[in-house]
Amino acid sequence: MTERLELPVETTGVWRRVSGRYVVVDVVGQIFSAIIAVAATSLPAWLTQIWWLWLLPGVIAVSMLIAIVLTPRRVKSIGYQLRDDDLLFRRGLMFQRFVSVPYGRMQLVDINRGPLARALGLSELRFVTAAAASNVVIPGLANEDAENLRDRLVELAESRRAGL
Amino acid sequence: MSDDLEPAGVPAPPPEPGVSHVPAPAPADAPHLSAPASGLTDGEWHRLHPATPLLRGGIVLIAILAWVISNLRERLLDLFIGRGDVEGDPIDWVVGNGLVGVALLIIAGALLLFIGGFYLSWRMHTFRITNEVVEVRSGILFRTNRRGRLDRIQGINIVRPFFARLFGAAKLEVNVAGQDANVQLAYLSSTNADNLRLDILRLASGSQRSEAAARDAAARAAAAPTTTLPAADAGTALTGAPDAQRYPGTPYPGTTPPGQPAPGKPLPRLLDTRVSELLAPELDPNFAPPESVVKLHTGRLIGSIFLNDTTVMFVIIIGAAIAWASLADAPFLLFTIFPVVLGAASFIFRRFTKSLRYSIAGTPDGVRVGFGLFTISNETLPPGRIHSVQVSQPILWRGPGWWEIKVNRASKSSTKGADGQQNTTILPVGNLDDVLRVLGLLLPGLVEDSSVQLLRDGLISPGRDGFTNSPRRAWPLRWFSWRRNGFAFGPGVILLRKGAIWRELVVVPEPRVQSLALLQGPIYRRLGLAKIKVHTVAGPITAELGAIDVDAALTLFTDGSRAVIESATADTSHRWRSSERTSDRDSESTGGHTGDHPGGHSGEAVS
Repeated sequence: MTERLELPVETTGVWRRVSGRYVVVDVVGQIFSAIIAVAATSLPAWLTQIWWLWLLPGVIAVSMLIAIVLTPRRVKSIGYQLRDDDLLFRRGLMFQRFVSVPYGRMQLVDINRGPLARALGLSELRFVTAAAASNVVIPGLANEDAENLRDRLVELAESRRAGL
Repeated sequence: MSDDLEPAGVPAPPPEPGVSHVPAPAPADAPHLSAPASGLTDGEWHRLHPATPLLRGGIVLIAILAWVISNLRERLLDLFIGRGDVEGDPIDWVVGNGLVGVALLIIAGALLLFIGGFYLSWRMHTFRITNEVVEVRSGILFRTNRRGRLDRIQGINIVRPFFARLFGAAKLEVNVAGQDANVQLAYLSSTNADNLRLDILRLASGSQRSEAAARDAAARAAAAPTTTLPAADAGTALTGAPDAQRYPGTPYPGTTPPGQPAPGKPLPRLLDTRVSELLAPELDPNFAPPESVVKLHTGRLIGSIFLNDTTVMFVIIIGAAIAWASLADAPFLLFTIFPVVLGAASFIFRRFTKSLRYSIAGTPDGVRVGFGLFTISNETLPPGRIHSVQVSQPILWRGPGWWEIKVNRASKSSTKGADGQQNTTILPVGNLDDVLRVLGLLLPGLVEDSSVQLLRDGLISPGRDGFTNSPRRAWPLRWFSWRRNGFAFGPGVILLRKGAIWRELVVVPEPRVQSLALLQGPIYRRLGLAKIKVHTVAGPITAELGAIDVDAALTLFTDGSRAVIESATADTSHRWRSSERTSDRDSESTGGHTGDHPGGHSGEAVS
């Protein structure tokens, strides 16, 4: 019982994946946060010179390293598809998450670009519903893809408008 | 001086208490269907109750007065008793420095400023209600203009603080979706507030659009009176309320004397209408069933308060402190628990007075929930505004078989409900029958013969029933409740059942679901389990169910997302009476849905 979660094939179509360039963005971001986290947690060890205080930054560094190594696979696990009436989104390797959001539930669509992502021509699309927990964020879309997807989503939401 | 509202367009004379503009009540003989009960929904600008500034700022004035009096206490004593000299009194200082004239001037100026400011703020505070929006303008220097769309109304709350009740005033709050997104009309006269709510709900319900059609129908009805009285179908039997639209002869509450005594409780006719208004039943007998569907006995209320986690915690703390004090032989320690005792007393008192006179009843325009002893709150939730319902039973309530019902709503009311929380507690305490009745009101179409067993199972069954429950291998994660932990599909709802000790049933109406999520972490994967989250608007309830079988979760996810889409497309509750329109272009889409919409069956009856 260790196989990963997969939706029944007959209910899903082809998963659309995000750009491979997003790996770079993700890795750089993680390296930055790893450096900050390790630096902050090793401060007590620096100051006191108690050896076991190094354990915490050590553990953090190792787990961050593993996370960074797994990044390409994790990015590959991000997928979405536009079904007839809802947007299906998945992500996660170890912690898998599938979300189905009916188009009519859309309140707004955001497109965000960070500095690095912008340099690589990538955008992040955020689909907002009235429930904060929905939290559908599709990162690593090529700029024109993101804009097309946004327009398509808005169009679909218009045709399936529902109340709150 | 009960009625106060005049069109604000013309420069109106200052309000005289004797002169009042009573809105003409709808003539009872002419079946004028869309006649507004309050006369305030004509799209013109209106003013609020003349006592508004006093009620809003009056507390400050009284506080200042109290401060002044307490400062001059000695002087007053001196005046009446006439002994001794008072030193260091501000009045002495004023008199001594020959500033009496200046002081009087300052007082007069301050008074003028206050009164002028109050009057101005009252003049500048206007509202209007059109067919689309409710709009309020207020402020003297900083103008505020707030507009709420009628079809986005999540609930209308009428609050009558004790002080305002003395003036026969009430605060009407139109809740629209969003944080701090309420349009407040504070204050209106009490009867006006009731009628205005009725009018706003009628406008929002979408039935106004068919005004002409409705008049035609009325004309036809007059010609053939038998056609106007449709047999009560399942929908109306559940809500149990006469539909105002379909009974044109029903007098609007504006025409009935306020303060009709509750049936069975003879209320002595007291001095005047103000007194009877003060004691009037919260639900107008004409627009709600005369009796609340739930009778909250005082004994049960007291019991529920004392069998409460918070109360028990207070008792434990107080008991521990007393024990400590007696063991340590240090009676002064008892003083340390004094604040705790005070806190416990105020908690119990607040909860008690808030939940007294609790009532819940169905009206054609939604569920009306009222409570409060001194400050009365009475809210109408139109159909389809309830995003999820939680029925829960703490362990202490298991013995007497009590339950509590909470809901998630898209709006955040500024007034507190029972228990001092947001108005999310719909039933503070009730037994199983009460729960089923309230569920029937909240989610019409849910409580039917076929689904009652399912709901009962969801509440009290220990497992092995119509629910899809966790497998045995889930026991490491759900020690006691794995047999009970499960889900089921009801009529138009998703039911999630949790907890063997703290029992809980979450009911999410499918048309309100925002999205569905399916999750699995490493431990769940090893055990072949998964977690389902049903996303609704934020509130006290999180509709999620962990530790269910992977295949069952996949079924729930795929079937659920399909059902959610179907229900949402069929749902018309944002204009809950629009299906009454004789010419309805959306009618084909409303046909098959039995979801949350009490007036839904009346379309056939009118046409």
